[in-house]
Amino acid sequence: MNNFKVLINGIVKENPTFVLLLGMCPTLGTTSSAINGMSMGLATTFVLILSNFLISAIKNLIPDAVRIPSYIVVIASLVTILQMVMQAYVPTIYATLGLFIPLIVVNCIILGRAEAFAAKNGPIASIFDGIGIGIGFTLALTLLGAVREFLGTGAIFGFSLQGEQYGMLMFVLAPGAFIVLGYLIAIVNKIRKA
Amino acid sequence: MEYVLIFITAIFVNNIVLSQFLGICPFLGVSKKISTASGMGAAVTFVLTLATIVTYGIQKLVLDPNGLGYLQTIAFILVIAALVQMVEIILKKVSPSLYQALGVFLPLITTNCCILGVAILVIQKDYSLLQGIVFAISTALGFALAMIIFAGLREQLQFSRVPKAVQGMPIALITAGLLAMAFMGFSGVDGGLKVLFGLE
Repeated sequence: MNNFKVLINGIVKENPTFVLLLGMCPTLGTTSSAINGMSMGLATTFVLILSNFLISAIKNLIPDAVRIPSYIVVIASLVTILQMVMQAYVPTIYATLGLFIPLIVVNCIILGRAEAFAAKNGPIASIFDGIGIGIGFTLALTLLGAVREFLGTGAIFGFSLQGEQYGMLMFVLAPGAFIVLGYLIAIVNKIRKA
Repeated sequence: MEYVLIFITAIFVNNIVLSQFLGICPFLGVSKKISTASGMGAAVTFVLTLATIVTYGIQKLVLDPNGLGYLQTIAFILVIAALVQMVEIILKKVSPSLYQALGVFLPLITTNCCILGVAILVIQKDYSLLQGIVFAISTALGFALAMIIFAGLREQLQFSRVPKAVQGMPIALITAGLLAMAFMGFSGVDGGLKVLFGLE
């Protein structure tokens, strides 16, 4: 039951994108379509679950003074593994996401959860926290990607819903990312306060 | 001429914040006042240039000759973290006044993705060291430019009445979107310059 609460907490109450406002670079940079947003979310989730687990498991072995560098080494190793796996099995997605895959290392969500949750809780609870936050992040990115893709090209996940001629290209380009995310956060704020 | 092209492209056409989406955290986080925004801009320019030179050396002298290319991410992030610490310690000793001005921003820079991003981009684009340095400096200037313009807009924004739900981050993001739209006006300039300089 407790683990379940941790899981839901990451998706709703501490949603990394809409509530904590963390990890904005990949959020804005990779959501030009729903599928790109989802892939980025899943890639981050993979690193997040494993880093939470590993850091929680070795937290008593690390001296406090070199805590942050050690966390970064763990995270960077996981990201390197992810890079190799993605290059081997999903090269097209790897090419689309490009620079943002190695940049998962500096994603503040991962270091933030390591510091705020994994360093204080057991390995199992940390895995659930990783899953919860990861799902919250993936959902947010997929939603943002879907809205941008729909407004920009009239399709969601590549399925055309209205003819392509009604698409507003601006929403797929850089300004659309900022504007759509701004309005989505405003809507979430409105719902949360109501 | 090649360097002028890299310079103008990195500042205006492919602005690191407004079209590449790197360094969004400080862009949104410390852009409430023009003074802090320019401090952050200066700190980033300093560290970014240094970090690019050092990571370039690591890649070409250590990783490439030994076939360790896959260690790039780990090596770069550690070097950057160590470098930021070192810069902080040296600045504190050598120039306390500069440390006073930049000090608070330095620890924040380690997790600024534009440092690691530019270090990797310089390798990916296969630049020479000099091209890499020009690219790093102009990218950092582009970052500073975007930060300062955005801070100016946000200072003005404090005096306008915005609906409650949009207050804070949402209106900042929408403003950034409009700013990005303005910067989109520069797209294609790099192609024109290439023709002008006879590089194509």
